[in-house]
Amino acid sequence: MNIARPLSPDLPLDETILSVPGMRCAGCISKIERGLANMDGIAAARVNFTAKRVTINHLPDLTLPDLQTALSGIGFDSQPLSVELTRQDQDSTALLKAMAVAGFAAMNIMLLSVSIWSGATGATRDMFHWLSALIALPTVAYAGQPFFRSAIKVLRLGRTNMDVPISIGVGLTTLMSLYETATGGHHAWFDGAVMLLFFLLTGRWLDSVMRDRARDGVTALLQHRSAGAWTLDNDGRAVWTDVADVKPGMIMLVALGERLAADGVIVKGETRIDMSLMTGESAPELHRIGDKVLAGTLNLDAPIEVEITAVGNDTTIADIARMMEDAGQGKSRYVRLADRAARYYAPAVHTLAAGSAIGWLIAGASLHQALLIAVAVLLITCPCALGLAVPVAQIVSAGALMKRGILLKDGSALERLSEVDCVMLDKTGTLTLGRPTPQNLDAFSPQALGIALALARTSRHVLSTALARAIDARGISALALDDVREEAGKGVFAIWQGQQVRLVRPQRLTDGNNATSDMASALIIGDGVEKLIRFTDALRPDAVDSLRQLQDLGLESSIISGDRMEAVAPVARTLGLTAVAGLHPQEKLDAIMRLRDAGKKVLMVGDGINDGPALAAGHASIAPASASDVGQQAADLVFVGDGLTPIPLAIRAARKTMKIVRENLMLAIGYNVIAVPMAIAGMVTPLIAALAMSGSSLLVIGNALRLNRIDR
Amino acid sequence: MTGLGFLIPVALLLGLAALAAFFWALRAGQFEDLDGASLRILIDEDDEDNLPKA
Repeated sequence: MNIARPLSPDLPLDETILSVPGMRCAGCISKIERGLANMDGIAAARVNFTAKRVTINHLPDLTLPDLQTALSGIGFDSQPLSVELTRQDQDSTALLKAMAVAGFAAMNIMLLSVSIWSGATGATRDMFHWLSALIALPTVAYAGQPFFRSAIKVLRLGRTNMDVPISIGVGLTTLMSLYETATGGHHAWFDGAVMLLFFLLTGRWLDSVMRDRARDGVTALLQHRSAGAWTLDNDGRAVWTDVADVKPGMIMLVALGERLAADGVIVKGETRIDMSLMTGESAPELHRIGDKVLAGTLNLDAPIEVEITAVGNDTTIADIARMMEDAGQGKSRYVRLADRAARYYAPAVHTLAAGSAIGWLIAGASLHQALLIAVAVLLITCPCALGLAVPVAQIVSAGALMKRGILLKDGSALERLSEVDCVMLDKTGTLTLGRPTPQNLDAFSPQALGIALALARTSRHVLSTALARAIDARGISALALDDVREEAGKGVFAIWQGQQVRLVRPQRLTDGNNATSDMASALIIGDGVEKLIRFTDALRPDAVDSLRQLQDLGLESSIISGDRMEAVAPVARTLGLTAVAGLHPQEKLDAIMRLRDAGKKVLMVGDGINDGPALAAGHASIAPASASDVGQQAADLVFVGDGLTPIPLAIRAARKTMKIVRENLMLAIGYNVIAVPMAIAGMVTPLIAALAMSGSSLLVIGNALRLNRIDR
Repeated sequence: MTGLGFLIPVALLLGLAALAAFFWALRAGQFEDLDGASLRILIDEDDEDNLPKA
């Protein structure tokens, strides 16, 4: 979309893909693309808005930090993508192609079949059969591959799955039809075989679309470490070192607003560090020389120099990643209802088909007739309802939830969510909004607020942006200031009508123990006393109501927080919940595991990196959209907005979805009870098979569509 | 019957053409950025120095 800069065309260009989560509108797209394209050394930039990524073609001498600096110059934070994440969802695409081919073939063969059923005979029928064969054979060979491959794989392991009866059914049907065609027989089942493939591929594709949404949480976690660091070499010069080459003992420079690339100890400077993602602490903590700092945390106030103590897999963030990986394994072992049904289904179908063939042979039928009966049984029993009904129910209810701001990331999530019997909630960012909100603005005059707004706007500090947003919301406009300057780690200073005005870190607080009440700024006008603007992390507006709804659903809730008890207690009192505070990520994980071992099915609701292992371990998990990437990746569902009502809504929807899924399975069984005896009796012609198959599929799809009205 | 000999290939070819078009669209990345396409229409294409002089 942008105009390539006149770089010489034969220059070799590098391609870098960066994740830019902050883009939200058309303006962002053009700002990023034009801003980058106007930079020297960049040939083109192309935004993928859906994936929130930008692909940059640039000269090789531009490094990753150069590109990130360029993007932050335009106003966007960016993160490099690991190779695994840039890999496209090839599975879905392959299934979609197979489905398109099967759909095309099914339509055309059905067209020919209809003329046969309406009475074509003799040479015409033979010609139509041959034409059908011409279309069906390549289609089965191409579109059947996903099933054949998976069937061969499990058969090698000596097991069986749903794909085995499907492969045998489709393969045998095609071969028998070909034989019938060659011998001028009356019936060919090409339409049935291809239609079956089409229905099953539709179900498979919907399923894989759901799975693609659940991308790997652990990969996202490692993104939070920066890709490298500025380190001091022997001559005291700063050089960019890739994260792989960073070694313990090196001194790294961490600029304002940068994430730490490794664990270490501060050797120069002091600053406040946002640890909220790691510990759940709501207030940024002051760190001085000699204090330990962790990789992945954010430097807020001033540049510091850090002596590195641990890198790569030894860092705390890598520990959390490992814990998440271990905790998530239990979930991946979860066997879905459809798969549990399939376990009994495959052997039953095989026995039935083989049994009816043998029965007819004993009753004196020819081998040819007996095989035709077996084919009809396989075709009729092929698991359209199982293969289609469950994914359709899930995708419909995922779509309905999406309209209400709840993003479902995994197909089995609804199933697991419908089973939960207790809820654990994190505090910071989950029950609360996770961002500071000024509390005592009423105590200030409009004039003071105007000055505060003008000062706050110039800074990108967390408290400044929160203050600016809150004052803005009151409709107060900023006053004109002169000589505005920001001093890192101190505050913003300016001149207003000849007086000095300041928005600074409160002196009284930083002197003493800062841990309890660092969430404040001081506004000083002229020589006046400093007036404190206090911030708290406010509760989500409908928290009380949402928790009552959870109670009505028969779920017990409690708080599980990494924050200090003094910060958790008031929240717990307001909501009337029990609470455990001061937990490390490992302890949160343990708490969930204890409940799990006691036979409870826990729904974990959390947002931070520190919740990651617990989210992965919970029977189901939900995160707010304001959560860290890790929280969002580890959770099964993500909801947008400031309210908590999506949680009870999602649980109700999950229960309703599973009710529909069970109904669909009953429908499928009912259909088989009627159709299988007919097939065994030899009464199923291709016409009846086609009607039965499409009829039962339409029935289960129609039933699943009722989920569109999920909240009624 | 001669009609059939003509119409069936035509029907199949039309279907194949649609299938080919779909495959092309898939490969050309037409489905890569579905949300972005609806927003790009809002982007003002004119660069400031290209604006017609009033």
